[in-house]
Amino acid sequence: MRRFTSLLFAGGLAFLLFSLVATLDFGDPPMRIGSGILAQAPAQVGTANIVTAVVLAYRGIDTLGELSILFAAATAAGLVLARPGRAVSAPKPGGFVLRVGADLLLPLLVVIGLYIIAHGHLTPGGGFQGGVILAAAFFLPLLASPGREPTHAGLSLVEGLAGGGFILIGLLALWQEGAFLEPLLGTGQLGALLSGGTLPLLYLAVGLKVGAELSALLARLMGEGHDVGD
Amino acid sequence: MSEWQSWLALLLILIILCSALAVLLLKNHVAAVAAASVVSLALAVLFALLRAPDVAMTEAAVGAGLSSLILAFGLRRLGLWRIGAEAQEKGEDD
Repeated sequence: MRRFTSLLFAGGLAFLLFSLVATLDFGDPPMRIGSGILAQAPAQVGTANIVTAVVLAYRGIDTLGELSILFAAATAAGLVLARPGRAVSAPKPGGFVLRVGADLLLPLLVVIGLYIIAHGHLTPGGGFQGGVILAAAFFLPLLASPGREPTHAGLSLVEGLAGGGFILIGLLALWQEGAFLEPLLGTGQLGALLSGGTLPLLYLAVGLKVGAELSALLARLMGEGHDVGD
Repeated sequence: MSEWQSWLALLLILIILCSALAVLLLKNHVAAVAAASVVSLALAVLFALLRAPDVAMTEAAVGAGLSSLILAFGLRRLGLWRIGAEAQEKGEDD
């Protein structure tokens, strides 16, 4: 029975793939949206980094979908990992080099993360990349001296505020311009730090949300039940 | 793409393939996680070479950094975090 089911599944998949290949010619229809966006994005959105224009302006709702997927995944992982009531033996703190290295790297990494978030509309990078770097920065001291748990309430607050801010900016655009997540505040001068309208604010929200979520997730993974199996 | 860039891309693809094979074949779980991280790192360099710096940054931060960290913590929670002689000693009872 089980073999029959897997045969049926494989056959169905092969049929689907075959029908796709048989009906669609390779590279047809040609995708011309890229050249269109390249031509009009700098004037329309005002970001020097075209990728940001696509991610936050033309496909802003996709980014909101990504954020909600990340939120759901982090929440589910937190639910599974944060089992209360298990006594954890006091972990050993790291050595001198590890602790001092972590203290030295923390401000540098925070600055780099914030720089990448703030310049997301000008240079490669943005909220997701900077957020991951921020998460790594706040995770370092935890690696060096375990047991110094971050306050999960504070991280949740930052995460909630950032996510709410993203949606709020989108709704404000819906109210003012009639389209969800339409860039507001004008385009500004191309290449200036304060340009691109609301896109830098949106990227700041994305960065803070990603950073808070991932550092909470890493802290949960690190924190409890690390003696299973030994 | 100039010629040396094509050769560099070929080298990177070879590194990616070899490390991906190493992930499958290595007995030591820690080494397999490290090899998976090498796949992501070489892929990030390839993305940068193909002029997609945004994707390269994401791949380097998420693929090479974060996901191997998460895999490593998963190994530790499962009690599979063994390095060197300790691994060989314990590997016999598995």
